[in-house]
Formats: sequence, structure tokens, C-alpha cells
Amino acid sequence: MEALVSQIQGMTALAAAIMIGLGAIGTALGFGILGGKFLESSARQPEMIPVLQTKLFIIAGLLDAISMIGVGVGLLYTFNNPFLTSALAVVKAGAGA
Amino acid sequence: MAGSATDYIKHHLTHAKAPHDGGFWSLNVDTFSVSLLLGFIFLFVFARVVRTFSIEKPGRLQCLVEIIVDMVATQVKDIFHAKSAMVAPLALTVFCWVFLMNAMDMLPVDFLPYIAQLIGGALGADPHHVYLRVVPSADVNATFAMSLSVMILIIAFSIKAKGFGGYMHELFSAPFGPKVGPINFIFQLIELIAKPISLALRLFGNMYAGELIFILIALLPWYMQWLLGAPWAIFHILVITLQAFVFMMLTIVYLSLAVEDH
Repeated sequence: MEALVSQIQGMTALAAAIMIGLGAIGTALGFGILGGKFLESSARQPEMIPVLQTKLFIIAGLLDAISMIGVGVGLLYTFNNPFLTSALAVVKAGAGA
Repeated sequence: MAGSATDYIKHHLTHAKAPHDGGFWSLNVDTFSVSLLLGFIFLFVFARVVRTFSIEKPGRLQCLVEIIVDMVATQVKDIFHAKSAMVAPLALTVFCWVFLMNAMDMLPVDFLPYIAQLIGGALGADPHHVYLRVVPSADVNATFAMSLSVMILIIAFSIKAKGFGGYMHELFSAPFGPKVGPINFIFQLIELIAKPISLALRLFGNMYAGELIFILIALLPWYMQWLLGAPWAIFHILVITLQAFVFMMLTIVYLSLAVEDH
């Protein structure tokens, strides 16, 4: 019983870590490229900076999306583990029957 | 209240449900009532500015409302090229409402839930089972409600612009040409479903993660609160505004894609 719980919790911790980590890699690379292009174009055409800045924030919001979804799901698994809940329900049902 | 850190976190992540034990069809009363209240506050403030409108001596509230309306109108004019009387007010509502809902995250984590516990205790309920989550956009139900409404609007705008037959034809003939109908349909379906899902989960993920980090910071000793809490709160101000802005922009962009004429 303890082995089951600790296995589920260990796997969940790994899963959450991988989700958040891989999401972070993608987002970081994306922001880096985006920021680099923004700086290049600002240097070429400084009068376009306000226009480009608006679009910069829009694309930043889009980039954030999938990694935030990953963080949300990872934190959900950490603090309200659905796998643990259903496994414990099965164990309780098995013990009660 | 005694209890471990996990209990504290779990307590602050539970919604006030009706019926109390949850289940798929239970209603998150806190999300519902807070979002409704914020919607009415937004409408009341804007309606009041309209009623006390003055061109010679605009008050500060009127200037703020004018700035917001001007910003939204500029975005709609730049992006949405067809004629519709609904898109700009929709964009304004989406922006202001999502911003207000997100801004509830700036209140201290324990503030309103503690008051709710006192009220609940005075009314006879067990104080430890009085739950309150005050950020509606940190609830999947609220964000999906908004984004599914946007998806229904996308379909409605498409049908209105192209006719029902035209829309069906487009579903089966773009992007690859009329001969590979089913493949086109799968692609179009994926594109159509990805829009509301990403819209909802982007907002939910940002707000849920923000709220959870506030809860975790609340568990730290008092001398570390300001060190970690202040930078995160300041960063969160940016995130709140940005997420509301991105939700509005994507709504406008999706609607403009729905009515676009090739």
C-alpha cells in the first residue's frame, strides 16, 4: 500500500517536472528569438518601435500559453493528484468489498 | 487554523461548490457570483461615465474610460475589416471583464476567504469547510465558458458571412482543394477546436499558476514574504494586463479570420 502510494507520487513528481521543464525550454527559445528580431528591427527602423512593441506583447502572450498550460497541469498534479485519488478509491473499494 | 501546509494549500484550491460534495454537475458558486459581480461593476462604471459625460471638463474616470475605449477601437479597426456592430463592444467587454477577473488575484490570499470563514462560522457552518476562491479566471469553467462562447461566435460569423452552404463548402475544400474533402475537414476541425481550447487554457494556466505561487509564498515565514512576494506581485500586474489584452486580441483576430474573404 505504501509502495503503491510512493510509486504514484514519485511518477507524478517526475511528470510534473518534465512538463514544466520542457515547456520552459520552448518558451525561453521562443522569447529569445522574438526579442532578438524585435531589437534588430527596432535598430533598423526606430520609428516603428511603438507598433512593433504592441505586436511583441501579443506574441509574448501567445508564446506563454502552452508552457503556462503545462505549469497549470503540473501544479494540479502536484497539489491535487487525480491519479492518487483514484488509486486510493480503488484500494478503499477493494478493501471494503 | 492548525493543519499542515498541504491542508492549507488544498483549502485554498477548493471551490465553494453547490451541492457541497462536488461532482460533475456541481456549480462553483464563488466563481459564478464573483464574475457576475465584476461584470456588473464594469457595466455600472462605464454606464455612469456615459451618463455624466462632459466634453469641456472630463473627469479622471471619463478619461480612463476614453483611453480604454480608444485602445479597443483602434485594435478592432486595425484587424477586423468587415462591418459588424458587435465586435468592438464584445472586445471591450472581454478586455475589461477578463482584466477585472484577473485583478482579483492581487488581493491577499487569505483576505476574502478568511472573512467568508468568519461569516460562515457566524451563520452556523463548520468554518473549516467554508471555501472561497475569488479569482474566477483561475477556474477552468469560467475561462472555457468565455472561449466556447467565442467559438460559437466564430461559427456564427462564418455562417453569416459565407452562408451556411458556403461555410460547409469551405470546411471541406480548404486548405488543400476540393478533391481531398475529409482531410480538409479534419484539418479545419482541429483548427476550429484548437482556438477555444488554447484561449481558455492560456488564461487558466497563467492565473492558476499565479494564484498557486501566491499561496506558496503565503506559507513562507514572515521575513521572507516581502522578498519573494513583492517581485512576484509586481510581475503579476504585467501578466494580468497582458493576458486580458491577449484574450481580447485573439477574439478579434479569430472573428476577423472567420469573416475574411479570399
